[in-house]
Amino acid sequence: MNVQFRSSPEPAPSASIKTAIADCDIHPARKSLDDLLPYMAQRWHDHIKTYGKQAYQGMIEGPPYPKAQPNASRRDAYPPEGGRQGSSLSFMQKQLLDPYNVALGVLNPLDTGQGLRNQDLSAALATAVNDWQIAEWTSKDSRLKGSIVVANEDGPVAAAEIRRRAGDRNFVQVLLLSRNVEPLGQRRYWPIYEAAQEIGLPVGVHAFGFGGNPITASGWPSFYIEEMVGHSQCQQSALASLVLEGVFERYPKLRMVMIEAGFGWAPSLGWRLDKTFERLHSEVPHLKRRPSEYIRDHIWWTTQPMEDPERREHLFEVIEWVGWDKLLFATDYPHWDFDDPTRVLPAGVSDANGQAFYLDNAKKLYGLA
Amino acid sequence: MTSPIAGGVDCDLHPAVPHLTSLLPYLSDYWRDQVTTRGMTDLVSQSYPANSPISARPDWRPAQGKPGSSLADMQQQALDRFAVSYGICNPLYGVQMVFSEDMQDAFCRAVNDWLVKEWLDKDSRLRGSIVIPTQSVEKSVAEIERCAKDIRFVQVLMLVMGDMPLGKRAYWPIYAAAERLGLAVGIHAGSAYHNPPTSVGWGSYHVEDYVAQAQAFQTQLTSLIVEGVFARHPKLKMVMLESGFTWLPSYLWRLHKFWRGVRMETPWVDRAPLEIVRSNIRFSLQPIDAPPDPATLNRLFDHMQSDELLLFSTDYPHWQFDGDEVLPAGISQDLVRKIMIDNPHATYSRLKQSALKETAP
Repeated sequence: MNVQFRSSPEPAPSASIKTAIADCDIHPARKSLDDLLPYMAQRWHDHIKTYGKQAYQGMIEGPPYPKAQPNASRRDAYPPEGGRQGSSLSFMQKQLLDPYNVALGVLNPLDTGQGLRNQDLSAALATAVNDWQIAEWTSKDSRLKGSIVVANEDGPVAAAEIRRRAGDRNFVQVLLLSRNVEPLGQRRYWPIYEAAQEIGLPVGVHAFGFGGNPITASGWPSFYIEEMVGHSQCQQSALASLVLEGVFERYPKLRMVMIEAGFGWAPSLGWRLDKTFERLHSEVPHLKRRPSEYIRDHIWWTTQPMEDPERREHLFEVIEWVGWDKLLFATDYPHWDFDDPTRVLPAGVSDANGQAFYLDNAKKLYGLA
Repeated sequence: MTSPIAGGVDCDLHPAVPHLTSLLPYLSDYWRDQVTTRGMTDLVSQSYPANSPISARPDWRPAQGKPGSSLADMQQQALDRFAVSYGICNPLYGVQMVFSEDMQDAFCRAVNDWLVKEWLDKDSRLRGSIVIPTQSVEKSVAEIERCAKDIRFVQVLMLVMGDMPLGKRAYWPIYAAAERLGLAVGIHAGSAYHNPPTSVGWGSYHVEDYVAQAQAFQTQLTSLIVEGVFARHPKLKMVMLESGFTWLPSYLWRLHKFWRGVRMETPWVDRAPLEIVRSNIRFSLQPIDAPPDPATLNRLFDHMQSDELLLFSTDYPHWQFDGDEVLPAGISQDLVRKIMIDNPHATYSRLKQSALKETAP
């Protein structure tokens, strides 16, 4: 994680790397709302201009916790031709894909219409963003693959959008955010999991979103850092819900990816779930296995922001507990807390584990092996 | 099995208020009348349903009444059994759930007076935590000052899930009072249910709420650290009670990394989060959210990079361990001594003061 203060927009990555990698969390941005106009009815375009996109938080534009820099993005990531960071394919190629030898880049569009109060608008935006990903990104650079954005609070409509994209190799996963109206294991979201399992794509859960719930169980905190650190707690509760509601019993082939919320907490959450389950299993008889086993079999983790203990053996021990086969390298480009693949892992990793971490796990999960 | 040593401090015992009517002798005429004429029910929190397996160890469950409601049982099953010198009582009666600050205040005062009369006065090993009406900071401070005159109160008790994050400046007079009076502040598992019990909304199950306690402790630690509570009150000790602790190392790695990245937002945080935790934050031992193999647990202790963080607790009568296995297998005798004796005494300065008082002529 480095904040970039370079004044020049010229990309100057510290090292180019010879081995191909997968970057499992890239955020493409729009230059403006007009970018979506070709893919959306004029009615919705007018609606947004008139009423805004009303989410489960008060501000019409921008986040209630101001980011630490504009768009939470690197200061050197503004495209030379103008527009916001992440909005230019050619600059993304020059700054990220080419120098870091990215063979597979998974797009996770944010600011898409997920988590809006108006469900019809949410659905219209989701479809538009998916068409936009094909037209502006994946069809122009075959290294890039999209994520199917869905109207997350409307299960049947979301499932229809997922099924509409079945077999379309422009997409490698379904995208949800971690904070929704209810915890992600709740039944309103089951049609999404059913459709994802049916078309054979994993469901990625990216940190963020608004669901109307205070972002701690004790109310709203004060600071951006609390929101950022708190994504891991939100993700833990979302994952506990998925396990305890029996989602992985009901959808045994479902695979999920926890994106940008850390992985170091996974062992402790699994131990706590197992210990509590041992006492209270009569309350959740629909679970046939120990909670940690569902997590081990069904969950993958993107790595950015990389866990960063003082002593590297602590990192390696935690990765052993999580599984080297479950980690997916990610940069989070163009965001400020970018992880550089040349520096993210300390020395001492075997070639096989490094290969799995940087590329093979992702290719296998996303069906590109 | 690792054997406990005699003379320890059990930092998390739960004496149970038998029923709301048990508090009637400790309420004013007005509140006694309110309870009876309005037909108020017992204040049992969803956090600990009386018959839930986790609320009481099977062999600690009394033939009748709530688990933890009998002093004789607590003496036999916990105080005598683990040969402790002190046991700190943390009443979990559901007074935090009511919405009226006046009613909450009346019930808190009653619980504190009940604790003195029914427990502290009857066993000289017992010490108390002051239950406070957190919806009114002014009333909370008044209750802390009232109870602190009794040196047997060693701590202020708050729940981990309340109305606001605990670092919020509105709460600081509580921390100032605690620091001034030599009291630790204990944050215990449990919710007032004034907010959904997870940061992503209401789940379906009791088991989900219990697992979620650990996430609530994490967000509270963040709040307490980044709001600057320990920059303002460097001597304040806060104890996370029934929080689990295996989540701490990876949590701190993440917090430290973001603090380095965006510390310009909270410039008053003058030390690294890890240092603040080492100097100001402690954790009760039970429950241990770790696999039962000593190798993994010892790795986790190494990840914590300090042997001063843990305080011995049975969590009596909650069901966290079986038999006498209150200490994890495979830990050193040095660590046992630290956890059972040295760390609690370093945290609860009033324990020494009350001991001095007892030996004085």
